[in-house]
Amino acid sequence: MSNSAIPVSSSAHRGPTLGFRGLDVLWLQVTGTVCNIACTHCFITCGPKNDSHPIMETQSVLDALEQARGLGVKEIYFTGGEPFLHPEILKLVEATLVHAPLSILTNALLLDDETCAGLARLERNSRYSLDLRVSVDGTTAEENDPIRGRHTFRRIMEGAHRLYRHGLNPVFTVTTVHAQYEGNEGRVQFLESLRELGFDRPRVKFIPPFHIGREEERGGAYPPGFQLSPGDLFEGEEQYLQCGSCRTVTAKGVYPCPILIEEDGARMASEIHDTLVPIELNHPACTTCHAEGFSCRT
Amino acid sequence: MPDVSDYERIGVFGGVYSNHHALRTVLADAASQGVEKLFCLGDIGGFGPHPDRSAELLRQHEISTIQGNYDDSVGNALDDCQCGYTDPRDNAFAQISYDYTLSNTDPQHRAWMRDLPMHLRLRLGGQDVLLAHGSPRQVNEFLWESTTPDSFIERLLGEHQTDLLLLTHTGLHWNRLLPQAPGRGLVNVGAIGRPANDGDTAVWYSVLTWTGDVGAPVSVEARRVEYDHETLASEMRAERLPDEFVETILTGWWTTCLEILPAKERARGQL
Repeated sequence: MSNSAIPVSSSAHRGPTLGFRGLDVLWLQVTGTVCNIACTHCFITCGPKNDSHPIMETQSVLDALEQARGLGVKEIYFTGGEPFLHPEILKLVEATLVHAPLSILTNALLLDDETCAGLARLERNSRYSLDLRVSVDGTTAEENDPIRGRHTFRRIMEGAHRLYRHGLNPVFTVTTVHAQYEGNEGRVQFLESLRELGFDRPRVKFIPPFHIGREEERGGAYPPGFQLSPGDLFEGEEQYLQCGSCRTVTAKGVYPCPILIEEDGARMASEIHDTLVPIELNHPACTTCHAEGFSCRT
Repeated sequence: MPDVSDYERIGVFGGVYSNHHALRTVLADAASQGVEKLFCLGDIGGFGPHPDRSAELLRQHEISTIQGNYDDSVGNALDDCQCGYTDPRDNAFAQISYDYTLSNTDPQHRAWMRDLPMHLRLRLGGQDVLLAHGSPRQVNEFLWESTTPDSFIERLLGEHQTDLLLLTHTGLHWNRLLPQAPGRGLVNVGAIGRPANDGDTAVWYSVLTWTGDVGAPVSVEARRVEYDHETLASEMRAERLPDEFVETILTGWWTTCLEILPAKERARGQL
């Protein structure tokens, strides 16, 4: 294994090098790009017809978990696509929670009572936290549905309420495609709206839009030259940029982060062990994380 | 590795948060427990009233103290406390607390905080012990019980060449001695500055003892300490600190800093 920095994209631009401080976070793209909806801001263009990254075999997920455990991983994340499309999702949750805390990023549309009860049981039996990150794009159908699809707001709230009734307090994850949620005032208002919707201990995470994938058409692409250059990172930034301590595994290989899996040249290797090296941040999306101080972590 | 002091029984606390009443009670309790030495893991100011009183007590009693993120901020007059909150409401309260603390800390104490070490090493019987604030690699890293796997603890111990890590920063006490590795593990000593979000007004610190037993060479006792919280609350009101802070002191439930809690720890609280 070489220790030279691996560029995160095939761009000819030379970006700054970010050191790797160890595998704190493992992202598992358990359902790849396969999703039951097709959000207009999705940065990896997930949808029912996109199997660019297919659903991962159960054994592949278990193998990645075991490798990560051996490397002293701190947190595991399941994402997709929609993770609850995985036919053995509860088995994967159970296997993970034996050894580490887990966050699952979901649109909540498939969370029926039986699934919520199963998740709650697994959470109760584990020493570690289980977080459900429920994606929603507003506090009304008028805000959310144009992004996530017709009638999805009502169904997302139904799924989130089911989680809540089973004792799992979801973290609502909001991509700030609506300008009012970019500032503190709007974010405080969002929390208040969730209380009014019946979530009396609301938890929220806001995510900036990444102008790649389907978001390129909805909100516009990154302008030319919107990339970091050597010297742009501040001292110690590897502590805060998640890609300084995370890797993402899909059915197709290992990537620096969950944002870039559909980008040319982002695939680093087949095995996690071969990716524990510095990376060169030469993709425009890297600028979003740097400028916003953003991390995908819960 | 430089020579380090060797002990058989130590007391360790963190997160004083200007709670000079709790600090006095902890000093007395530790003396009654026969600890050889007391250590403070930082965050001397913040949240409570009259920050100089806690700094004076620590210096007067020559408590070995390491630097927390708050002490770094106050010592160097930074813009904020570097607490690592993500919620705008938490950041607003943190700023009120920080501005009050910075403006009420004597320059002599600030100079002392500025020069505090970030880590200390010692030996407890046969075990190497490393003291840090949040984690040995990042001063404001939160290591919670429900999000810190055994494999990660092993990794930190290996990377920092120690048997035991003693930490604070989260405000919640917990410890895990690894069953497969006697005498190795992590102790979050909690905070003495505010209660542990459990409906109890008491605060917590830890006493560690070298037992010498092959299977369990170190024992960890989390000690619950009652103190005059009502007088502290009166002083906080007189200093016009936020009612939300006073409520926490009087009820034992956190009213701020909730967003940082992982799912399990959040579920145990009231809000």
